[in-house]
Amino acid sequence: MAAPSSSNWVMESAHDVPHVLAVDDNLIDRKLVEKLLRNSSCKVTTAENGPRALELLGLTSGGQNSMNGRSKVNLVITDYCMPGMTGYELLKKIKESSVMKEVPVVIMSSENIPTRINKCLEEGAQMFILKPLKQSDVKKLTCQLMN
Amino acid sequence: MEVDQMQRQYLDYTKPLFLEGFLDGQFLQLQQLQDENNPDFVAEVVSLFFEDSERLLNDLTFSLEQKSIDFKKIDAHVHQLKGSSSSIGAQRVKNCCIAFRNFCEEQNIDACLSCLQQVKQEYCHVKNKLETLIRLEQQIVAAGGSIPTMEFSF
Repeated sequence: MAAPSSSNWVMESAHDVPHVLAVDDNLIDRKLVEKLLRNSSCKVTTAENGPRALELLGLTSGGQNSMNGRSKVNLVITDYCMPGMTGYELLKKIKESSVMKEVPVVIMSSENIPTRINKCLEEGAQMFILKPLKQSDVKKLTCQLMN
Repeated sequence: MEVDQMQRQYLDYTKPLFLEGFLDGQFLQLQQLQDENNPDFVAEVVSLFFEDSERLLNDLTFSLEQKSIDFKKIDAHVHQLKGSSSSIGAQRVKNCCIAFRNFCEEQNIDACLSCLQQVKQEYCHVKNKLETLIRLEQQIVAAGGSIPTMEFSF
């Protein structure tokens, strides 16, 4: 797992339970990441692609935050390889937005490609995790975010 | 059969699956995620894997039968299958997919067809094993016992 960038890890949350948006086009991976996050006491919303994730984050041109602002997302964890919008492109869109740019974004990938990892970290990803995801990966991630 | 006999039977069945490379440590990760709140987690994920894989294998068969082969599409399907098999710990299926992707890149039709056959075979094997494994687990739980954890490391 690549080291996190030095920028702040603080997750703003009025609630104790972090709300994570997990994005992955693979059904099995979505189920796995959801369970891993729930086991680390996170509330989880899943999306199967970038556009849907943006919709849920309220970043589409429609403007409506489908989660009604009640449950703000504290972390986005996304697969890199997705058809249509990649995780990298999703990361860029989040970092470009005024509302969501402070939200940490973690990228997951099954491929350990240094140029890919660096590209994501340079674009502002907090962390890059290699798939398949394990409990220890998620625990490390949520521990760091909780500080 | 007594619970401890069932547990021994389960271990005798399961241990070779790891030693022979059908399953890897990722499967253990899945088992560790199963708890009282999610007593069927493994069975659910495995069931999703079966559905997803069968769909992908059908799509792959169809794509490789076409007059004009779309290697990009085939690679995308194999990538998906590689991802899911990796995430549940179906190591042999995953390894087949890795080889398959290399042949897609080379646009080698014959090798791809051969890989497809291999993936199907490995999938069938692991499906059988997993179905039996889950049945044995459910038997133990139904008898009031707990599923023994694998104690060896990889």
